Amino acid sequence: MKVERNNRHIEAVWSGSLAKARPQRIREKRINPSCPYRDRCFILRTSIIGAVFPSQGILLSNWWAYRSCMTLTRFVTKSAFRNKRRSLLTVLSLTFSLLLLTLMMTIWRAFYIDTFSAESAQRLVTRHRVSLTESMPLFYREKIRAIPGVVAVAPNNWFGGIYKDSKPENMFAQFGTDPDEILKIFTDFKMPADQLLAWQRDRAGVIVDDQLAKRFGWKLGDRMVLQGTIYPMDLELTIRGIYTAPEPTESVYYNQKYVEEAVSFAKGKAGMFAILADSPNRVSTIASAVDAMFRNSPEPTKTESEKAFQLGFINSIGNVKAFILSICFAVVFATLLVSATTMAMSIRERTREVAVLKTLGFTRQSILRLYIGEAVLVALTGGALGCLLALGLVSALSHAPGMSLFLSGMKVTPPTLLLAIIVAGIVGVLSAILPAYHAAKLDIVEGLRYIG
Amino acid sequence: MAIPISYNIRNLKLRKGLTIMTALGIALTVTTAVFLMALLTGLQKAFMTSGDPINVLVMRKGSTAELSGGFDADLFPTLKTLPGIAKDTQGDPIASGEWVVVVVLPRKDGTGEVNVSVRGLMSAGLTLRPNAKLVEGRWFTPGQREVVVGNAIHNRFSGANVGDTLDFAKGQWKVVGVFDSGGTAYDSEIWGDVNQIAADFDRQGAYASAYLRATDPVAADALKHRVSDDQRLKLEGTLETEYYEKQTSSGGAIKFIGTFVAIIMAIGSSFAAMNTMYAAVAYRSREIATLRIIGFSRPSILTSFVIEALLLSLLGAFVGIVLILPFNGMSTGIGNSLTFSETVFSLHMTWEVALAAVGFALIMGLLGGFAPAWHAARQDILTSLRA
Repeated sequence: MKVERNNRHIEAVWSGSLAKARPQRIREKRINPSCPYRDRCFILRTSIIGAVFPSQGILLSNWWAYRSCMTLTRFVTKSAFRNKRRSLLTVLSLTFSLLLLTLMMTIWRAFYIDTFSAESAQRLVTRHRVSLTESMPLFYREKIRAIPGVVAVAPNNWFGGIYKDSKPENMFAQFGTDPDEILKIFTDFKMPADQLLAWQRDRAGVIVDDQLAKRFGWKLGDRMVLQGTIYPMDLELTIRGIYTAPEPTESVYYNQKYVEEAVSFAKGKAGMFAILADSPNRVSTIASAVDAMFRNSPEPTKTESEKAFQLGFINSIGNVKAFILSICFAVVFATLLVSATTMAMSIRERTREVAVLKTLGFTRQSILRLYIGEAVLVALTGGALGCLLALGLVSALSHAPGMSLFLSGMKVTPPTLLLAIIVAGIVGVLSAILPAYHAAKLDIVEGLRYIG
Repeated sequence: MAIPISYNIRNLKLRKGLTIMTALGIALTVTTAVFLMALLTGLQKAFMTSGDPINVLVMRKGSTAELSGGFDADLFPTLKTLPGIAKDTQGDPIASGEWVVVVVLPRKDGTGEVNVSVRGLMSAGLTLRPNAKLVEGRWFTPGQREVVVGNAIHNRFSGANVGDTLDFAKGQWKVVGVFDSGGTAYDSEIWGDVNQIAADFDRQGAYASAYLRATDPVAADALKHRVSDDQRLKLEGTLETEYYEKQTSSGGAIKFIGTFVAIIMAIGSSFAAMNTMYAAVAYRSREIATLRIIGFSRPSILTSFVIEALLLSLLGAFVGIVLILPFNGMSTGIGNSLTFSETVFSLHMTWEVALAAVGFALIMGLLGGFAPAWHAARQDILTSLRA
């Protein structure tokens, strides 16, 4: 409070009687009245400065601010880019770091948040308690159906066949199921009714994901041969339907009866059951009811929500969470170092200038804010560029063939971008604090004597 | 004449803060890169050394993993009589019919359940894997519900000590020993008697795979073809080394993401290094002009500044490698798309990784240092002196 009064006093001395008449205007510190840029970028500057210096932002919105030319904003912008090469290099360095940060956050999102639609919250998966590779008796299906809250249940069998060859770009999931019920469970799969009917009528029919169909150029009526690896048989299928799912599933579904007829040991067995509950709240009670029912049987089960089931697969890749987090941490820290180095260099260069500003009556706080604003501006520019690059890169990558199941639906969402920008801003503030504090503390006489 | 390197070292020391911060930036990039490289090296070691070049793995034609196999047990005696199989001290051929199944075990640290491979083998199976050495207890007794656990299982799962019991399939299994196979994929397995395990999983009368030990690598290759070409058997032979090589591909995702991350971070760090070097050049423009007047040529000034940038990045590389050393040997698991189970491998720092890291840092230094050095060498003497 005392400092503030002191500040007013210096300003008043500096600008004479005018200052007493219109203190707001003096705060704007008109330095060059005939500036040619006065109208340009006014709104942008106002908004940036408004974010960094709330009080000045309000001042800027008044008429006097509009008239004045060398405002604080302009001063900050000019100083931030006074050494063009250095600012450019810093911005580029930050751009790449924030690109990486945005990508990592996007992968995180794709793994842990995005893959689950609202309909998914109503579904459960039952499998053999011992492992995924064991199968359960098919009669479990009717017993599960009897549990209160279960709307529909269908077997889902992993075929694990090879399409064409075992190259990664030709890999997709193949499930054997019951065509009469499976789409009542996967309610978010959209397929024309006539195609569903055609699939139900053809025992050797198959329905495919529309993204997959696009990738392989499949059309209705096309033939597809899947070479069995688990079952000693080849599936010769005809495409009867193309469905659209909210997220790419990389899957095809065929009639499990086909396999049961060809392979004796597959008869009456199911690898998994897909279950639809009547509401998301019932999911956990149904899961425990199913497991309790088969607890003491020779084939005990493990039932979990679809989300938990899929997360189990992600966890098997390794400790992905720690992996992503440590990369993010390294990136943010590296960004901080780069930004701090630049600020230290640029503030040290301007020691004399700081002394002049102080002579003119700029207070410690305003000098501190000036430099922090400068760093934030540079960091935000880098952040914005990084976000743009990330947007471009992700849309290019997600359309590339051969990306794995989880990465195919990757999207950069506005919250991710916002978070990246906020991180950039925080990095800007943190990087400038120390050098700006030193500059603010500078002794005027010593500063003026400084020769670099 | 060249400018002595001590000049560059002195300059780096003079601007301590800047040097340290830039070197730290490079160090972080190097750390990330080294981390990923060491991870891949560990992964490769786990899979590459698992196979023995004279072991032939036999599976049903068309199956790609031991998990998806399954052939009639009647074929096994035929396999045993094939020529080229080594004999043990009693004169019996060294061949083992095996089952691999996957069970779910809870992790020791309580972070969830993980799929683990359980291998049922004959006693010949131990003979043909001389790498696996008992570190505690004894091997399992055929006909008993006993298992031995790999080192990685012993470390990562509760109830995997000698004397404990593991609960899977139809009942309890007594842990009677711990074995170490030197960081290979076998360390992530549980071994027991093949008949006991087949019985528990209702798989009597068949084997998922058979291992045959050949007398030498040439015989192994011949044996492999003999198995595959025999029309009666409908089986396929692969060298054990080839089989594990294929499994390394589960590290593909790490490799792809790792390379990608390292390259982007390197670009960012190069820009930062360039910034520092430009500042160093601008700061010393009068000094450079003086050097030119004394008679140092443009190429020697160019070289000097490039060397300075390289020194800076070397410092970064050094710090980066030191930062990663505490993590050396840290182990993690990776899911295997062929076996559905987790293979444990450890971060493995080797001289090759360290050298690659230094090379990586030097490239960053070169990228960041060349333009400023060029700028320094091209400066106009008179203008610089007046500045």
